[in-house]
Amino acid sequence: MFYILCPYCKEHREEEEFHPRGQAHLMRPEDPDNTTDEEWGDYLFFRDNPRGIHHEMWVHSVGCRKFFNITRNTVTYEILETYPMGEQPTITADDPSVRHEQGAQVADGGWQTVGARPENTALNEETSS
Amino acid sequence: MSDVQEFQTRPTDTSKAESPLEWSLHEQKSLPHASNPGVTLSEKPFLGQLIVRGGAIVLDEAVREVMDMALPAKPHALVSDDSGERSIQWLSPDEWLVIVPGGEEFELEQKLRKSLGQSHFSIVNVSGGQTVLSLKGNRAREVLMKSISYDVHPQAFPVGKGVSTVFAKATIILRRPEENGWELVIRRSFADYCYRWLLDASREYGVSVVR
Repeated sequence: MFYILCPYCKEHREEEEFHPRGQAHLMRPEDPDNTTDEEWGDYLFFRDNPRGIHHEMWVHSVGCRKFFNITRNTVTYEILETYPMGEQPTITADDPSVRHEQGAQVADGGWQTVGARPENTALNEETSS
Repeated sequence: MSDVQEFQTRPTDTSKAESPLEWSLHEQKSLPHASNPGVTLSEKPFLGQLIVRGGAIVLDEAVREVMDMALPAKPHALVSDDSGERSIQWLSPDEWLVIVPGGEEFELEQKLRKSLGQSHFSIVNVSGGQTVLSLKGNRAREVLMKSISYDVHPQAFPVGKGVSTVFAKATIILRRPEENGWELVIRRSFADYCYRWLLDASREYGVSVVR
């Protein structure tokens, strides 16, 4: 169970009072009539699925019924911060300290071991057989 | 003056109204009565309830003018007037629940609309949609501890606080207007469920239901 700090109620509440509403900070294309199909498709259907820091939108559906954002680590499930709509996160995946701390980060590391940094990267390198 | 149509939802003739709990109370052959009740349960039926939404500053001015009360600005604050019959509760940064004695809500709504004029706000009369249950007695807090995940310890839940939270999987507004008394604002469609849950949960402490 999460124990989530609602930035509007300014209190920690049980997860059962909240609903996740997917990726945060999605921007609707400024001029929908003149966007390419690819851009519009990306906006409508394609979502990030990162390993590590993820910014999500949640709604306090039983309490104040406000939407807000959560920065969450998808590996450890740790909630790093919550912040109201319209604000930018202070913790992002580009933050070097976060990258070091998390060990297993987004796909560019290429590690395939789930949940932990492998003892050496050679384990994950392709071997010629 | 606002151009929203208002209408009196409370019948002015002598037609019989049934509170949300009427059916549940009627179904029971006799109401539970303990000789030394740890919990006393009663309904406060037919209260006037308004959901007021808008900016805190303009609403505060209007409420001060019309009700002579200050709008609670802090999260989860609940203020009552001296008689304890009229109360305003913070629900979200732009939403408040106003509860007044039954019959006063229409006049209050008209006065508020007049005072707010053309500012950006919304007033919805929800009197028919929900009802207030009063839970009293020295074991009332223990009944709540079994039913909701929110912390009801006096340190976390002082008098003059109200939250909307999950009660036995139903959504309710829980308020503490006085030291030994709690109020549950429940939806009409959940009234029977909440009532039965409360009876079951408080049976071990001895429960009396007062009409």
